[in-house]
Amino acid sequence: MAIEFEAPKPIVQMQTVLKTVAEEMMRSKSRYFDEHEHEIPWDYIEFMHTAMKSMGVGALVPREEKKAEDPNKPKRPPIGYQLLASQIEMLAWGDVGMYLITPGGGLGAAAVQAAGSPEQQAKFLARFIEDKPTFAAMCMTEAGAGSDTSAIRARAVLDEKTHEWVLNGEKIFVTAGDKSLTEYKQLGRGFIVVWASIDPSAGRAGMRAFVVESGTPGVRVVKLEHKLGIRVSDTASISMVDAHIPFENILGSPTVEKTTTGFKGAMATFDATRPLVAISGLGVARAALEFLKGKLKENGIEIRYGLPRQKLTNIEREVIDMDIMLKSAWLMVMKAVWMADNKKPNALESSMSKVKAGDVTTRITQKVVEILGPLGYSREFLAEKWFRDAKITDIYEGTGQINRLVVARQILGYSGSELR
Amino acid sequence: MYSFEPTEEQHMLVDTVGKYASHDLRTISREAEESRELPKKLIGKGWELGLLQASIPESFGGFGERSAVTGVLAVEELAFGDLAGALAVMTPSLFALPVLLSGSEDQKKEYLPKIIEGDWQPYTAAFIENAFDFDANDLRTTAVLDGGEYVLNGEKACVPFAKEAEAILIYARCDGRTQGFIVPRSAAGLSVGDERERLMGLNALPLYRVKLENVKIPAAHRLGGAAGHAFEPVLASMRLASASAALGVARAAFEYSRDYAREREAFGVKIAQKQAVAFMLAEMRTEIEAMRLLVWQAAWKLDQEKEDAFNEAYLASTGAADMVMMVTDRAVQILGGHGYIREHPVEMWLRNGRGFAMLTGLAMI
Repeated sequence: MAIEFEAPKPIVQMQTVLKTVAEEMMRSKSRYFDEHEHEIPWDYIEFMHTAMKSMGVGALVPREEKKAEDPNKPKRPPIGYQLLASQIEMLAWGDVGMYLITPGGGLGAAAVQAAGSPEQQAKFLARFIEDKPTFAAMCMTEAGAGSDTSAIRARAVLDEKTHEWVLNGEKIFVTAGDKSLTEYKQLGRGFIVVWASIDPSAGRAGMRAFVVESGTPGVRVVKLEHKLGIRVSDTASISMVDAHIPFENILGSPTVEKTTTGFKGAMATFDATRPLVAISGLGVARAALEFLKGKLKENGIEIRYGLPRQKLTNIEREVIDMDIMLKSAWLMVMKAVWMADNKKPNALESSMSKVKAGDVTTRITQKVVEILGPLGYSREFLAEKWFRDAKITDIYEGTGQINRLVVARQILGYSGSELR
Repeated sequence: MYSFEPTEEQHMLVDTVGKYASHDLRTISREAEESRELPKKLIGKGWELGLLQASIPESFGGFGERSAVTGVLAVEELAFGDLAGALAVMTPSLFALPVLLSGSEDQKKEYLPKIIEGDWQPYTAAFIENAFDFDANDLRTTAVLDGGEYVLNGEKACVPFAKEAEAILIYARCDGRTQGFIVPRSAAGLSVGDERERLMGLNALPLYRVKLENVKIPAAHRLGGAAGHAFEPVLASMRLASASAALGVARAAFEYSRDYAREREAFGVKIAQKQAVAFMLAEMRTEIEAMRLLVWQAAWKLDQEKEDAFNEAYLASTGAADMVMMVTDRAVQILGGHGYIREHPVEMWLRNGRGFAMLTGLAMI
């Protein structure tokens, strides 16, 4: 090993291809779908599904490493998560809302992959490479349980007679929940992964994830949110009333041990997904910063890199500071996913990358709108939209504050009860 | 490929340097700052770590090859111990590395073995000038070719060990470019101030003003020979050295305040158990990591001779200077009143931290 920053060839090639997609299929439609909330960009969804299928993948998931055919060949280091992060960055650069409704399993499939048995993985994940684009979603948040997932009220009770789980409760803020659950003719049968308690007296130890198939009686989308940004991405409320699901759809053990290892295992999924959410924000930030630089150039303003601060104009200082923020945040994400690829524990790096990306994505898009003045505020350009889109980065997949808490516990060696 | 893992040799080096920094430099840090004196033996011991020697090829008396990545790793460790001590140990690099990077064959042959093979010797460089808008690429000190000689005029500030120096590499504006000139300490017209510079920090490091009044040197003393040299690689090296030293100082302050917060009690809990303090620490750690990766990448690009390496070094040093200010300030804040007292090192790190915005040129990698 050695410290190295050369982008691997597969990443460079993929970025060239995705840049065209981002420009042609996403940017050109960004404004339309921002102003027509809850309309679905079928062209994009179908295009992405066809494209991914032709590459043999059904979703944006880390590429599985092929088994080494020739043991004498030097093994290439795995880059699945690095490649995925780079894909996400480019798509988010195109339009982060549309990236969020790229067909495939999303966080729902990620949960099955992380916590499901081989049988469950085979059963639930195969659908994403079939003919129709298919979605899956993660249902964690409730009206009274956001960052504090131990406050989840949804219940799963085993019906001894039918040997089925009976789910009750209401989930909110489910990204792609509508596309995962509602039976559109253009889509394959999706599913949602629902977090519910099998034993409320056990607290977190009683929390389990359940796969709930689209079409399950008693489960329905009851609301679609109207949001500040990422409007093309559907955010659903889902209600479950006496929903019966097969016993084998539970992810993890059906019995409760009085430890929280199961829950911690589930939380470990976030170590893998946080840097990916972080980089989706950085794609937006890069789009905004590039737009600003382009506009400044049109107006004859060159950034004089290399000068001491004392000689720079305020705009130059701001742009240089934004370059520093963006580049360093990007590197933090790449380190976190590199660690994931190399099976190094990355809870600290993963959360730090999210803290940093949440900050810089918000700051950069705010600054870009500010510096562009009326141009920044106008809906004639996308800067104002990116500002609205960006804000979610510091909120979902752990708010900036929750991630600070995770980082602080890591660096201080504190448990959740020592640092609350 | 992306990779964030130093080589085994680099790990070993970091380990060795780290021991010297924690055991030797850190131990004398406060005493040296107050007495404005660094023990020569300590500098000698740091010199024997062989950081510079390992950057110089065998043909010039060294035993390795220069690597900016190795350099930034080592400098962070050194500065973690004590900034003044780290800069003192590395002072000969201020002369030797520009000669290695940009010098003519004759200059390399003349100076490198002499510097490398012996004990630590006060070879140094004069770069900084005493102006609020000091600009590496627009110096006020001038060098003008007159017949077969260069004539140097101007005033330099913060020149380490200038008083006892054997020779000083002086940077001056020459035909609109920043160029280095090798000037013997004994050159006529070169005078070193009697008093040492008195700065907010770095008091253990002997820094001097150097005045140049019609100092005449042979044309062959221009770094790189008659045609001169590219200045960007030298400046990038200075910037990355400064940025990585900032990382070391910041890490020292972070770890100290983290450990203090875990010990100090208020309202029946450790203050680290308060989110107000814990979040400060989380942000400090995050910023250090962010800037460290920026520094590493710039160093790697410099080693790989990437087109944007110089600009990346600029960004890294700019970002690291802001970062170290934030981190050292918060370290003092976390210790509260105790942070303001000179019994603890954090106030010294805060003073040293503020220096990074203007002290590029005191170290090279």
